[in-house]
Amino acid sequence: MAENNNLLVKLDNCGVYKSSKWIVRGISLEIHKGKIVTLIGPNGSGKTTSAKMILKILKSDEGQIKNFASKMAYVPQKINIDWTMPLRVVDFMKLTSHINNLEIVDALKLTGVDNLLYNDIHNLSGGEFQRVLIARAIAKKPDLLVLDEPVQGVDFNGEIALYNLIKKICSTLNCGILLISHDLHFVMSATDHVICLNGHICCSGTPRSIVKNSAYIELFGEHNATTLSLYQHDHDHSHGTDGRVTNNV
Amino acid sequence: MGELQIMFDDFFTRALIAGIGIAIIAGPLGCLVIWRRLSYFGDTLSHSALLGVTLAYSFSFNITFSVFIISAVVALLLINLQKRTKLAGDSLLGLLAHSTLAIGLVLIGFLTSIRFDLMGLLFGDILAVNVEDITIVYLGGAAILLILYFIWKSLFSATVNYDLSAAEGMRPEVSNFIFTLLLAGVIALSIKMIGALLITGLLLIPAAIARNISSSPRQMVIIATLAGVISVIAGLFVSLEINTSSGPSIIVVALLLFIISLIPLEIKGQLQK
Repeated sequence: MAENNNLLVKLDNCGVYKSSKWIVRGISLEIHKGKIVTLIGPNGSGKTTSAKMILKILKSDEGQIKNFASKMAYVPQKINIDWTMPLRVVDFMKLTSHINNLEIVDALKLTGVDNLLYNDIHNLSGGEFQRVLIARAIAKKPDLLVLDEPVQGVDFNGEIALYNLIKKICSTLNCGILLISHDLHFVMSATDHVICLNGHICCSGTPRSIVKNSAYIELFGEHNATTLSLYQHDHDHSHGTDGRVTNNV
Repeated sequence: MGELQIMFDDFFTRALIAGIGIAIIAGPLGCLVIWRRLSYFGDTLSHSALLGVTLAYSFSFNITFSVFIISAVVALLLINLQKRTKLAGDSLLGLLAHSTLAIGLVLIGFLTSIRFDLMGLLFGDILAVNVEDITIVYLGGAAILLILYFIWKSLFSATVNYDLSAAEGMRPEVSNFIFTLLLAGVIALSIKMIGALLITGLLLIPAAIARNISSSPRQMVIIATLAGVISVIAGLFVSLEINTSSGPSIIVVALLLFIISLIPLEIKGQLQK
């Protein structure tokens, strides 16, 4: 039963139906404490929608979701904060939790932006804002952390440091992590389970098995491999333009 | 007790006390209205308040209660309409604002037996408030502020980002609903004093003043409340001094404060160049 105690979220054949079509369908996955699950897939493949289903922002229109997480934290893909709202980093850090300034500074130190504590949130650069977003989620000490493309706009060195931080957080907080990422190196080297999405689950497994099962094994080793090459995996089916499975080959 | 009695005997003092009470409630709610871009929503609710007043006269209800019910119904109707049609939010707001206003005015036509002060309805008459009105403002206001205090974190986080708030267990759908009722509440409390056409001004202008000179949400709420109180006091004294109508005088003072609040922004802009 030790296995079950670590289970945070279990999706069984879930999907979201919107404007008379399925955005995603047939999503089954599990997230466990201390493990990193990664969603990869092309634009519009339903990565963010799946994450929102896990976070209970969207309801699943079929199947079953079991959520045992007691505290979830979320780093959304996009946030626009209107100018009419005067907001400093310190206010933003306290948005959904009651934490003191010491804890806030500690979290901001982890992502290297503790000097921005009293800065106006509207004056941060894209990368700085992203670091604040990640720090805010970590400061909540969640047992389930969902990160939707967390390092967008962050400089190259920062990217590596932040990915290492995410890995470290996973073990120090013993939290489950769902990550949406385009960074193949991190996905393949540091995550425990990879799910390849295109409106449905194309394939999933450990990074090792995914790589073995797919056609991009040699591309993965090459630095000049394009992101697109990731999606050239062995298919037992074809996709329509909307990502729907059209026929079995 | 005797002194207090004498104080409440003076119509001007009563107006001051009632006006300050309303400004204190309007401060934090006005900030939320600005942050959430709900100014036209506030307008719609206050236009529908006219219908509430007419119904109150027709069936001899309490005005505050009747206006609150009608505003709340219009707010819920709007939420429902938004789910049913694809018309933009501002079109639906306009539809509701003007149709409730029209229904209210049509109904007034039937009330020939009652002498009706239309100007008083549109612009309010703060100098006519009695002790009962003041009691309602302060009791209702205390209830509104107390509820707002308890849902503040949820409401505020949902204002910054709805998904984040929902994901992190803040139940924004609940606080959004309650907020709508609170907005209906503040309009109901102030219709008699400020009038249907000017309520949104008292919500919006102090908050707009505060935005120009504050750097954190808490600061903005405090400054908005102070700006509202100052507008009420100065506006009432001006109206007494030069014999102008009181509601509009309050709004004009608020506007002057807004213009003054632009100066620090201007200086900051010059310094950064």
